Amino acid sequence: MSPIVDVCDLSFSYGEQPIFSKIGFSIYKGDFVAIIGTNGSGKSTLFRLMLGELVPTAGYVRLFEGRPPVSLGRGAVAYLPQNGFSASRDFPATVEEIVMANLYSQVGFLRFPKKEHRERVREVLSQAGMAKYAKRLIGSLSGGQRQRVMLAGVLAGDPKLLLLDEPTSSVDSQAVQSLFEMLSRLNVELGVTVAMITHDISNAVEYVSRILCLERGSLIELDKSEVYEELSHRHAHPASEDRTPEKAR
Amino acid sequence: MSVFQYEFMRRAFVVGILLSVIIPCVGIVVVLKRLSMIGDALSHSSLSGVAMGLVMGINPILGAIIACIAAALAIEIIRKKIPNYAEMAIAVILSASVGLAGVLSGFAKNSANFNSFLFGSIIAFSDFEIILVICVSLAVMLTFAALYKELFFIAFDERLAGLAGVPVRTVNNIFTVLAAVTVAVASRTVGVLIVSSTMVIPAACAMQFRMGYKRTVALSILFAVAFMTAGLYISYYARLKPGGTIVLLGVASLCVILFVKNRSRGRVDIDVKMGYDE
Repeated sequence: MSPIVDVCDLSFSYGEQPIFSKIGFSIYKGDFVAIIGTNGSGKSTLFRLMLGELVPTAGYVRLFEGRPPVSLGRGAVAYLPQNGFSASRDFPATVEEIVMANLYSQVGFLRFPKKEHRERVREVLSQAGMAKYAKRLIGSLSGGQRQRVMLAGVLAGDPKLLLLDEPTSSVDSQAVQSLFEMLSRLNVELGVTVAMITHDISNAVEYVSRILCLERGSLIELDKSEVYEELSHRHAHPASEDRTPEKAR
Repeated sequence: MSVFQYEFMRRAFVVGILLSVIIPCVGIVVVLKRLSMIGDALSHSSLSGVAMGLVMGINPILGAIIACIAAALAIEIIRKKIPNYAEMAIAVILSASVGLAGVLSGFAKNSANFNSFLFGSIIAFSDFEIILVICVSLAVMLTFAALYKELFFIAFDERLAGLAGVPVRTVNNIFTVLAAVTVAVASRTVGVLIVSSTMVIPAACAMQFRMGYKRTVALSILFAVAFMTAGLYISYYARLKPGGTIVLLGVASLCVILFVKNRSRGRVDIDVKMGYDE
């Protein structure tokens, strides 16, 4: 089976400052991958390279059977940035208006949304458990609810690959759990391939199928059972708590 | 005596209503993109265009349109070069335009015409200018409707819009031209010094009602039409300058809305504290 994401010997530096060097990994259809690592290790940069927003110093990223990211038709890869969206919380827009905007690749340039598009909006809002909030203003929702709306938005375009940059960063602990459950359901039931940057290793290990760790310029795949074991050990001995598992050091 | 018995007042209402439909369409996007000051920079650019038109013997509104488009594109280019300090682009173009207008106005033969652009003269429109306003208004309305969802997405989050496939640069350039043309035409009507207020105030009033995007756009158009018609009536009967009257009416309405909103919010807070909401 050919991978959905194929990263080979990828290096990147901001000017003189190297971020990572010759990293490589593959993501296959149906994977639910967590990418962990300390702040500044280059996780978001890796996503930007996968989206074609940055050009690698060396190596390459290929998506969907060997195509460079910039050559892809929009909508194939959906991306949710770290803080959801850049507009202020006072932005005058309802939940359904925002999800509809994300259907752009299906509606098309200079075209107007049709009945089928409105139905799709209702469908993804139901999947995200936000159908009853369709008419509410985005700014009136809690952090967790806003993330669910943004997730519904990126799902609306029926993407093959979902890239999520710390989707749980501004969300309370109860909402984090339900976001992970939702992502797991989308992955299992709808077969959406998910790659997610996260610092929440204890939740990630419960739901994801693979864990990649980006640390000190290199990337390794962690054994989920070992991470689970280490986290259990930390719960028993809280003094040794740290965010990145020992195995990755 | 009816305000509509005079041809110039009938023209003023036609021009005023057309402008009060298109100005908020541009204004709401400008406000949401946090570029409210762009109206100021463009209106001052239009002044340099007016001066250029008077010096070169072409219609001042045409001169204003050309100058505004050039200034708007220059702002967009500078904004791209220094994205973290986008407001600097506006300041550079604003002061350059004022400087150019100041120098060129010294060569203008008809200084009275030049001065009429400072505070506008909605009641002194020629046939050509009426046709120009109608054409520009239709073009702005059609373009705004066609690019409605693209402009909404870009105003919400430019990066996400680009990743979703919106041709951000093309849409931004079209919008820049749209804003430039609107400001150039509006400068003639309400005046260079106050045109940016007419862009921002209806949007600011509408946003206080906390509704979705479509309703906010509709409400800001309603506010603009109300300010324009009421302003024209008041200025006619009270013998005031129309441009200034329209803007002051808008500012007064915004103050009232903010006052009522804060008062009702305070009442809700008190009710919550006293337990009356239960």
